[in-house]
Amino acid sequence: MSEESRPKSIQLIITRQDGPDAPPYKETFEVPYRPNMNVISALMAIRRNPVTAGGKKTSPPQWEMNCLEEVCGACSMVINGRPRQACTALIDKLEKPIRLEPMGTFPIVRDLIVDRSRMFDALKQVKAWIPIDGTYDLGPGPRMAESKRQWAYELSKCMTCGVCLEACPNVNSKSDFMGPAPLSQVRLFNAHPTGAMNKAERLHAIMGPGGIAGCGNSQNCVQVCPKGIPLTTSIAVLNRATVGQSFRDFFGSDNM
Amino acid sequence: MGKGKIIIVGGGLAGLMSAIKAAEAGVEVDLFSVVPVKRSHSVCAQGGINGAVNTKGEGDSPWEHLDDTIYGGDFLANQPPVKAMCEAAPGIIHLLDRMGVMFNRTPEGLLDFRQFGGTKYHRTAYAGATTGQQLLYALDEQVRRQEVNGLVHKHEYEEFLSAVIDDDKVCHGIVVQDLKSMEIQVYRADAVIVASGGLGMIYGKSTNSMINTGSAAGELYQQGAYFANGEFIQIHPTAIPGEDKLRLMSESARGEGGRLWTYKNGKPWYFLEEMYPAYGNLVPRDVATRAIFDICVNQHLGINGENMVYLDLSHKDPHELDVKLGGIIDIYEKFVGEDPHKVPMKVFPAVHYSMGGLWVDFDQMTNIKGLFACGECDYQYHGANRLGANSLLSAIYGGMVAGPNAVRYLKGLDKSSEEESSALFDDAREREKERYRRITEMDGDENAYVLHKELGEWMTKYVTVVRENKTLLATDQHIQELMERYKHININDTSKWSNSGASFTRQLWNMMELARVITLGAYNRNESRGAHYKPEFPERNDEDWLKTTKAKYNPDTNGPDFEYEPVDISLIKPRKRDYTHDK
Repeated sequence: MSEESRPKSIQLIITRQDGPDAPPYKETFEVPYRPNMNVISALMAIRRNPVTAGGKKTSPPQWEMNCLEEVCGACSMVINGRPRQACTALIDKLEKPIRLEPMGTFPIVRDLIVDRSRMFDALKQVKAWIPIDGTYDLGPGPRMAESKRQWAYELSKCMTCGVCLEACPNVNSKSDFMGPAPLSQVRLFNAHPTGAMNKAERLHAIMGPGGIAGCGNSQNCVQVCPKGIPLTTSIAVLNRATVGQSFRDFFGSDNM
Repeated sequence: MGKGKIIIVGGGLAGLMSAIKAAEAGVEVDLFSVVPVKRSHSVCAQGGINGAVNTKGEGDSPWEHLDDTIYGGDFLANQPPVKAMCEAAPGIIHLLDRMGVMFNRTPEGLLDFRQFGGTKYHRTAYAGATTGQQLLYALDEQVRRQEVNGLVHKHEYEEFLSAVIDDDKVCHGIVVQDLKSMEIQVYRADAVIVASGGLGMIYGKSTNSMINTGSAAGELYQQGAYFANGEFIQIHPTAIPGEDKLRLMSESARGEGGRLWTYKNGKPWYFLEEMYPAYGNLVPRDVATRAIFDICVNQHLGINGENMVYLDLSHKDPHELDVKLGGIIDIYEKFVGEDPHKVPMKVFPAVHYSMGGLWVDFDQMTNIKGLFACGECDYQYHGANRLGANSLLSAIYGGMVAGPNAVRYLKGLDKSSEEESSALFDDAREREKERYRRITEMDGDENAYVLHKELGEWMTKYVTVVRENKTLLATDQHIQELMERYKHININDTSKWSNSGASFTRQLWNMMELARVITLGAYNRNESRGAHYKPEFPERNDEDWLKTTKAKYNPDTNGPDFEYEPVDISLIKPRKRDYTHDK
């Protein structure tokens, strides 16, 4: 951007809420423009001078953040209508004024902070781990083809940021659908040579309530995932795997 | 006594590993973290984890790993624990592999290893350039499994405020605050393990995550725990400057063939390759950082005269870059908007890691009985400079030592924390409630975040790459002025629910206390060693300074008193550290 076309300041309209049961309201802020700013640095500027555009002193808006390089998953929010990480949301690339809202699919804690604990509970439900015998030295792990490792690695980048659940029309307060992120973890752990030994357990976990049947195939998840995880591919693979599993359950072939 | 209970503060690699070890021994763990543990700062580690698995026919061994680590740390680390760590390293990598970490593989399906700074061996196992994230997730998953087993109880969004320590200097629990309800509670335990991570936030902007305030360690220091080698702060040579933070560009970029250069007399000058022919771009971080700093600041040869040099990967095969360095290439593209496959990246040094930390014995116990520390918040494994890819190792290894030793300690107690008088715990809780009440009533005209910015600017300017006694003293003076101004903070937010400003204000005080430990430790140490460089005293001085700094809080002066203890050099005799030729 050339010097002249740079704005002196930028406006942010933030949806605020003082607590889980409080009514939401909006506040507008104006912060000095700096080159290469992201939404986080704009929020930080507000924190250093918590005054609205109208000149009213207010409490600094609350949000979650941590790594600021899009690997921790903390700073998810809805920016100009789209759920994403605030750290990689560069001011120069956003339409102004910038609208910040919490991810409404989750219970609101305060302002832009939401409660994503249901995602971590889902990871328990689907047994998203390798059941190792113990942490003592048992020698090398199983060999794995690099080609397979490469696609499994893509799945293993999931930050549990919640953006895919926010975008999914089937994840809401009226449904118990666990959402795309934990489903994709089932595919990851079932791909690992040791994890595959318990794959039936994980498939059963997503064949029940809140599981894969809740997916309506809207494909929103894969478009918003900041890590580019092929979530819909995972769900399609798991659909086939669960069908196979129900046959095996019926004929008892897992016990043969 | 009963089965006993352990409290762990921090859910990064060190905290999670110690939790797994304690749970495996059948001991119940209460695990406290200010964030969901999956978002801990370990997630930011990029390049890999070291272990002399020696799969490339190079003749690598744990002894070579030990020698590289001790030499790289300029002989300041106690050698026996480092030896034990290097010997455990291959087993740790295999363990992580068994947990399902998607490490890069060779064509035969074995683990692949790459080269890192300060070594001639391919010793670093890696998962793309997001190794820390992958390792953290593996341990997070194992802890979740122990949660389902009922052995680990996670307390996320709960912040450590202080330890409960009796008159005999024995730790019996901690006081915490729920970061949503802001309620303050006390928890009893027979042993406490602190794995609270680094302190980069003291420098305002660094490669660290926002939670790396060092606040827990700073509080424990004020409660009587020694803080060791605080003056040794690693400045990573290659980061991208930003408004909100400085983003790391992993050393693995150079491990995979990346070259540092700038223009000199109109031609590209590969300065590290010229200055250090034996190691080239893979000199340790302190050496590379001083070179870049000198070229930019003293010789004014940075790109366009600015404080930046090129980190160049554009000559490498693009597909290979994606497979081996995808994570950092994404970060550069997303935040800078240029493609490192095609153009060289622009980088400058940034505060990255604290070699110093809470003093611990070889069992990871602090000078307060029953209080253990591991991970970046301890001082144990890196001496005066940490080698790349040794931090993931030391975090996990420290947890592997602290967990079982905490179990052993509590089994040897003749009285459980449940039997301690409740007055001890009630007093500790009431003291924290009172401190918090005072914070919420601060109604002056200073802003905590503005004070923090100023602290960071001073620390970055005077207590990083080049240190001068005059400006170190001036910095200490300025920190004390900030401590005065702190009393006039306006809290701006009186909410009794999810009030991060109040928490930050409390952390800021602890940051300033540790800033003094760092600054005065640097002032006292009149020599140059590893990351600590003083032009007034340009040489290492083993006669006077081959010793560990121990800072002890003095409540009367509200500052550190310093003691020194000898370094255990029983395995490798100190020799001159010189990367212009092979070691």
